[in-house]
Amino acid sequence: MDALFSQLFAGLSLGSVLLLAALGLALTFGQMGVINMAHGEFMMAGAYTAFVLQTFIPDAGVSLLVALPVGFVVGGLLGLLLEVTLISRMYRRPLDTLLVTFGVALVLQQLARDVFGAPNVDVRAPAWLSGAVPVLGMNLPKTRLFILALAIACVVALSLVLRMTSLGRRIRATVQNRDLAETSGVSTRATDRLTFFVGSGVAGVAGVALTLLGSIGPTLGTNYIVDAFLVVVVGGIGQLKGAVIAAFSLGILQATFEYSTTASLAKVLLFVVIVAFLQVRPQGLVSVRTRSLA
Amino acid sequence: MLALSACGARTASGDAGTASASAGASCVDTSGDSVKIGFLNSLSGTMAISEQTVRDSLDLAASEINAAGGVLGKQLEVVAEDGASEPTVFAEKAEKLISSDCVAAVFGGWTSSSRKAMLPVFESKNSLLFYPVQYEGLEASKNIFYTGATTNQQIIPGMDYLKEQGKKKVFLVGSDYVFPRTANKIINAYAEANGIEIVGEEYAPLGHTDFATIVNKLKSSGADAVFNTLNGDSNVAFFKEYKNVGLTVDATPVVSVSIAEEEVGGIGVDNIVGQLTAWNYYQTVESPANTTFVAAFKAEYGEDRPTSDPMEAAYTSLYLWKGMVEKAESFDVADIQEAADGVTFDAPEGTVTVNGDNHHIAKTAYIGKIDADGLIYPVWESDGPIEPDPFLEGYDWAEGLS
Repeated sequence: MDALFSQLFAGLSLGSVLLLAALGLALTFGQMGVINMAHGEFMMAGAYTAFVLQTFIPDAGVSLLVALPVGFVVGGLLGLLLEVTLISRMYRRPLDTLLVTFGVALVLQQLARDVFGAPNVDVRAPAWLSGAVPVLGMNLPKTRLFILALAIACVVALSLVLRMTSLGRRIRATVQNRDLAETSGVSTRATDRLTFFVGSGVAGVAGVALTLLGSIGPTLGTNYIVDAFLVVVVGGIGQLKGAVIAAFSLGILQATFEYSTTASLAKVLLFVVIVAFLQVRPQGLVSVRTRSLA
Repeated sequence: MLALSACGARTASGDAGTASASAGASCVDTSGDSVKIGFLNSLSGTMAISEQTVRDSLDLAASEINAAGGVLGKQLEVVAEDGASEPTVFAEKAEKLISSDCVAAVFGGWTSSSRKAMLPVFESKNSLLFYPVQYEGLEASKNIFYTGATTNQQIIPGMDYLKEQGKKKVFLVGSDYVFPRTANKIINAYAEANGIEIVGEEYAPLGHTDFATIVNKLKSSGADAVFNTLNGDSNVAFFKEYKNVGLTVDATPVVSVSIAEEEVGGIGVDNIVGQLTAWNYYQTVESPANTTFVAAFKAEYGEDRPTSDPMEAAYTSLYLWKGMVEKAESFDVADIQEAADGVTFDAPEGTVTVNGDNHHIAKTAYIGKIDADGLIYPVWESDGPIEPDPFLEGYDWAEGLS
């Protein structure tokens, strides 16, 4: 029972990491159809933001809290720059965006290597996140609870933005019918930029969160980019709700496979399940009959 | 083909050259004031981070030897090549160094796959490779000198230490490739013979970053110690998770064999302080030779650069070659192979001696504890140098391992 519960939590926790990695992508890939291979590098930029901030702010707890909004802005600005300089020239050419952003990803990785050095760096975890919370006889690591809460907060914030704000209305209008939106007075160019800013900003936040779990190095993004795309594809393109369900399902599935087999085999099994699932339901978990959001 | 090379041809003396001219012939030119040697490390690609440090210490040794008058009165002329983290490139460059640069010996390699790729080249050309990194053992070639540890000089001392500490239940965690799997095979056999229970054996793909499940298994296994053969980035995620779930050094120490001084900073000292490592050298080893080595290295490359086991083994390997050449009074491969046995050097890690039978060297084993200052301090050392036993022939329990 204990093992079951702790594995369930491990799965939820892995799911929350996947969700953070995929959330921004659900917006830029899911909504805008841009295959952004540099999304992982925006996460890396967020992680390095946390690293840089901790050198200025000695208190690890304060620097983490500062890093979350700053990471959002850093990731967002990188995304904005990419959108304005390159992506804007190739909307409706998804394969070209794939190649171009892959090149950008390599450039960003090398840039990180030149600026921060090739060896990994460490971001100290704040004291209030060390240790675990006892729940039902299990010890749940505080860092993982924090990431779970952060993922939920990001989903809530993003869906509020999409549903409640005028930016959200403009994004939804642009996605549903770009031409009609334009004639209704929506500046689709400005909307594209803002959507990309928000999506890439969430990647930056994800990067900050990842500093609590693993290693911060130039290749951090490559560890997560494939998983992030999987979540979006399995969830159903264009669906925030789908991404949430997919992330937690894949997380729990992976944790279950890994517990009963091995880490290497679990990855294989997960891919088998995903391929089989996409045979049955190529459109993903949440179907996109209408192009409505969330 | 060899006779056409630009170097002055000098046929290897004795039996090596007679059988086949192309197999044994050497084009090493020793007529001038200098002799060429080859350095072959990854200066690009994923292994560059590690192998660059080895190159630095090799360069240091070469310039020291040259400043002191060279080898047999000849200055060392280094031909440096980049193996680019690709085993096939290592093989090609080794061939180039031997056949067209005509080097007297090559120093380098890091991964087992690079060594395995170079081995047939050195054997068919009858040249010498000095390989400076601890590895999984079960190998010996007359054309390779292994100056890093073999398993009975690192893994077995690591297990001996755990046994001495009264540990009964050991959990194995490693990256999923050849070294950890071979190491764990040996550890399983050791454990069975020594009354230790292996309560779990988990492998993570290289680059794996989510250790929640593996650490869960570790925690529920009741292990009182962990033997860690993870490589690279995975260590960071593993140690953070280990700390997150509340495992402690006091109750469940981790012995690692792939974490040296440079890696500690990247993992974060906070996450790994107090944990154990098994190596044959640390920057903190106290010996006059090490004081000199550390001072010289820092003077050359900067105060903040730590020295580590593979760097020291590479540095030592050049001096061992020098010792062999001087004992043989010849740069010839066959003469060196004959003279190798018993050649000894007062290395930074302590005295090392070449075993002429298996071409490994006797080394002292140290278990070290990672300190808050990021350095590793020895807490246990073997009674003198341990004779190399790459095939574990001296251990009854190892029978049948291959």
